[in-house]
This record gives sequence, structure tokens and C-alpha cells, in this order.
Amino acid sequence: MSIPSIVEAARALREGSITSVGLARQVLYRIAMVEAQLHAFLTVDTDGLMAGAEEADQAFAEGRDIGPLQGIPIALKDNLTTRNLETTAGSKILSGYVPPYDATVVKRLRQAGALIVGKTNLDEFAMGSSTENSAFGPTRNPWNTDRVPGGSSGGSAAAVAAGMSLGGLGSDTGGSIRQPASLCGVVGVKPTYGTVSRYGLIAFASSLDQIGPITHTVADAVLLLEVIGAPDPLDSTSYPHEMEPVGARLGRGLEGIRVGVASQLGGAEAVEPDVEAAFFQMVSAMERAGATTLEVDLPSTEQGLSAYYLIAPAECSANLARFDGVRYGLRVNGDTTEQMMSRSRADGFGPEVTRRVLLGTFALSAGYHEAFYGQAQKVRTLIREDLARAYRQCDVLVSPTSPTTAFRLGDRTDNPLAMYMSDVLTIPSNLAGHPAANIPIGLDRHDLPIGFQVMAPALEEALMFQVASAVEELAGFDTTVPFDPSHGLRGGVR
Amino acid sequence: MWTVFCEPWAGRVTKQTPVNLPSVSVEIDIAHVARLARLDLSEEDLDTYGRQCQELLEHVARIQAIDTTGISSTSHPLPLTNRFREDEVTTESGLGRQDVLDQAPDTEGPYFRVPPALEED
Repeated sequence: MSIPSIVEAARALREGSITSVGLARQVLYRIAMVEAQLHAFLTVDTDGLMAGAEEADQAFAEGRDIGPLQGIPIALKDNLTTRNLETTAGSKILSGYVPPYDATVVKRLRQAGALIVGKTNLDEFAMGSSTENSAFGPTRNPWNTDRVPGGSSGGSAAAVAAGMSLGGLGSDTGGSIRQPASLCGVVGVKPTYGTVSRYGLIAFASSLDQIGPITHTVADAVLLLEVIGAPDPLDSTSYPHEMEPVGARLGRGLEGIRVGVASQLGGAEAVEPDVEAAFFQMVSAMERAGATTLEVDLPSTEQGLSAYYLIAPAECSANLARFDGVRYGLRVNGDTTEQMMSRSRADGFGPEVTRRVLLGTFALSAGYHEAFYGQAQKVRTLIREDLARAYRQCDVLVSPTSPTTAFRLGDRTDNPLAMYMSDVLTIPSNLAGHPAANIPIGLDRHDLPIGFQVMAPALEEALMFQVASAVEELAGFDTTVPFDPSHGLRGGVR
Repeated sequence: MWTVFCEPWAGRVTKQTPVNLPSVSVEIDIAHVARLARLDLSEEDLDTYGRQCQELLEHVARIQAIDTTGISSTSHPLPLTNRFREDEVTTESGLGRQDVLDQAPDTEGPYFRVPPALEED
């Protein structure tokens, strides 16, 4: 029996054709079948899920309907704080940390009736593109367990793709929702910066971080975003104004939509031939479906990766200063406060986090601040101006989401720069604060998913989803992971 | 079987050679940076990280060659200004003092306890 989409499940629950307990059991059964191969979760809250499901069924029986997600199991990236449920951000320094509060998005999910399946694996503090940087071991790709699921939200993407949850939340700083969604063949959305509260998201790079949904369908992503996206007094960077409902333009098709393709993104040199072929095939299909397509020029975007790898480490080094062994997390004792702090941090942070803290500290240090961080923030403005110019000619921009499909575990771990290239097509949206979505559109010659990225101007989520849902329909991609009951998932790991 | 698509769009995008900005040499005193970052690293680790950081910085520092005269920095991607609220204690976050203290490795009464901050004479 296949796992329903969130929209289907919500309808079936209200029709009484399924129960929440049944859904929860189905999800737990999947976890029992494939989680040993995948390691998508750091914590599975079996008791909480079952208790919540029973309550939801009771509510339905009594005619109480508290929200659109009542009785629906959702997985959360482990950098979102959950009251009384361990939250580690994939780091040894937070191992055993049980937050006393829920992140705003978690509170909103609970208020809408959602059930928490568990906390999903991630690159430590969301720094990475393969989930191999987790202090608790890597996650594997459900399409082929020899491959990475992408990252940093690789656990959520793998869990959703494999049917271990109906939907999930991730966070995206340079592509950390869209790239794993692309590699795992699911939908992943990074909303406009500020439209989803970051309160309770363990901060990595505050001017870039954004929480968003990972789901099987575009309609499911719309539903999750409707629940989590709203102004929040606890996040002073959250967007305080009303915006067009994100699902307002679903089903309107592509007639009259101007679609921009940038040589710097669409034909980037590192893009694999199969990815490029599938991408251009979709662009042509969009054209046949009524869209106008045109080439646009984004000359500064090429420097996005460099600007990003100065800005993100700089902000990370400032944010991660809070992990000092004083108020929470790991403490390694020393004779002085400074020695205690320096030992706790050296012992608690893994190699990638240490590297970025060092890079960022250098980029912000006296004498270098202006030449490194300051220049990167100006290049960021140039990239925003590039995009603003492009959006005078077109309504949305499209590109492959990731230059490659899922790569093998270990392939890029010794080469930080090669790993960083994974995000070259997703970073511009973070630097500009714009919304962008991954839609799975096909498989490459190794039967690995290929993702298509739709980008839109700030606050134009409704337009982005209009186009994303049209792309989803044109692709007709089946997001069900191949599973053989006698052999399990594909790949060498059993 | 994978098919190569001969679609009208393929090949229509102008392939551009990436702009090659001149490489920059960066000197980094990694032991000093580690001290600033409060990271107690071994000599061997300092060596490795120092080399990797230098390599990465030399790559990304090439953006220094871009002309940004008259360009302002991006602070917030949306045109938002500062938001103020009354300076009042709120319970909106739902965090009580004991909730917070319960997370600490070492406490004494209502305080966090740490090793001496100043060396004794």
C-alpha cells in the first residue's frame, strides 16, 4: 500500500476512509522496513506519534477539527527546537540537548494538528551538501543507498521520499532544502527570506537561513507553507505584512508566463549531460504549454559561490559563538573559562564546522573585514541587481536545481571546494532572499532523480507555485521510490 | 534506456566561458584565528585547517577584483526597516528561569558556574 500525499490523507481522514492511527502505523512500518538502510532519523518519537494519532482520531470522531494537518505525520530537521524532544543539529556539542521550547514553525504545525514523527539527520549545523557531516553518521539516498541524499536537509528529504513521513521541514541557507529534494526526487521549497519565522531554528547564517517544506507534491508544499508562514513577534526579521495566499494561483497553467533561462545557470559548465538534457526538455515543454521562454544574462551570479562562502562562514562564526560550554551543550573542563570554552568547542565541533568557523573568524577579523566580508556583501547587492534586471524581462527564472544527480558517499568529502559546487545553482536565491522550489522531473541513466528549479522574485510565492505545479504536471514524475520487499531499497547497503 | 533529446531549446543558450578573475594570495595566521575563535586545536589540526582555509580563501578572495565602487552592502533582502516594541518583559517565549538553568552543565543557585575567568596572582 502506498503512502498518500498530505492533501489526499487530509481528505481521507475527514471522509473517514482512513484513520490517523492507521497512517501512523503505516509510517512506522516503513521506518521498520528501511530506516536501518537509510539512517534518515536521529530520533523517532514512536510513543508521541501513536498517542497523537489516537487523539486525532478521537477528535475526528467527536467532530472536532483543529486544523488542516490534524492527524498527519510530519518529520522535522533536527535543527528545529522541539519541546521535550532531543535536538542536536547533528552536532556532538548539542548531543543530549532537550530544548525547553518549540520553534515557532513547530508550534504552528502542532496548532494545525500535525503529529511529529521524529527528528531527521543533517550535516552538522546544516553545513554541508551530502549529510555526511553529521556527527551521528551519514544518511543514504532511498533511490540508491550507495549515494548521498544531498544536504544539509538530507534526512528530511530521504524520510519523505521513502514514505517514512508524509511531509517534512528543512532549512535552506545555500540550497539545503532544494538540493536534497532534487537528489531524492521530491518537492522542496525555500520561501522568501523573512516569510517563515526563524525563531527556534538553530542559526547558521542568519541573513540566509530559511525554513521550508519537503513533500511529494507541490500542493502539499503549499499546504505546509500556509501553516508555517506568518509574521512572528519572536523573529524581528520576519516579514510583518500580509502577502498573497501562496496557493492562490494553483492550476492557472503557463499561458502568458515569461520564463527566463540564464546561461550562467542553465548551461553552467558543471551540469551533467543527463541533467542538462532533462532541463532543456522541460523548458521546451513549458513553451509548448503556452509559456514564453527567453534567455537572460546574470553576469554577477557566477561570483555568487565566492560571496556565499565568505558571508555564510562569517555569520556562522558569529552565531556559533554561543556554543561555549556555559549555558547548554557539551562542556570540557579547563583551568580557566577560556580554556574550558576552547576545549569544549574544539571537542564538540566536527571538521566542516571548525573549518567554517575559522574561515568566518578570519573574514571578520581586524584588517580583513572590509576586503573579505564587506566586499562579499557588496557583490551580494550586484547579484540582487542582476536578478532585478532579469525580472524586468521575465516572470520566473528556471535552472537545474543541482548540477549533478546523487553522487556516491565519500566522493567529495576530501575536497571541500567540489562539495561547495553542489550549491552553485541554488545559492543566488539565498543571497537575494528570493523564493525557489525544486520539482522532480525525471531520472538519469542511473535511475537517479533529476530536479528542476523555479525561482521567483521576493514575495511572489503564488506565482512560483503556479509555475511549479505546471512543471509537476508536465513532468508527470512518479515520486515513489523503487522498493523490492525481498531485497529492500536499491544499492549495495543492506 | 536514456534518450538524448534533440529539443528546440538545447543549444540555444549561449555557453559562456566563466570570467577568470585574477587569483589573490592570502596570508593567514591560523593559530591567531583559532585563538580568536576559541578553538583549542592541536598543531597537526592547525596545519591542516590552515592549508584548507588558505586554499578556499584564495579561491573566494578573487571577488576582490570586482569593481564595487558606489555599491552598498546588502543587509536585509527585503526593504524592511527596524522594528521596535515596548521595552517590557514578556512571557511570549514561554521560557522560565529554571527551564533555562536546567540545560546548563554547571550552576549555583540562579547562576551559571564557570572556571575562574582571571588568573590568580
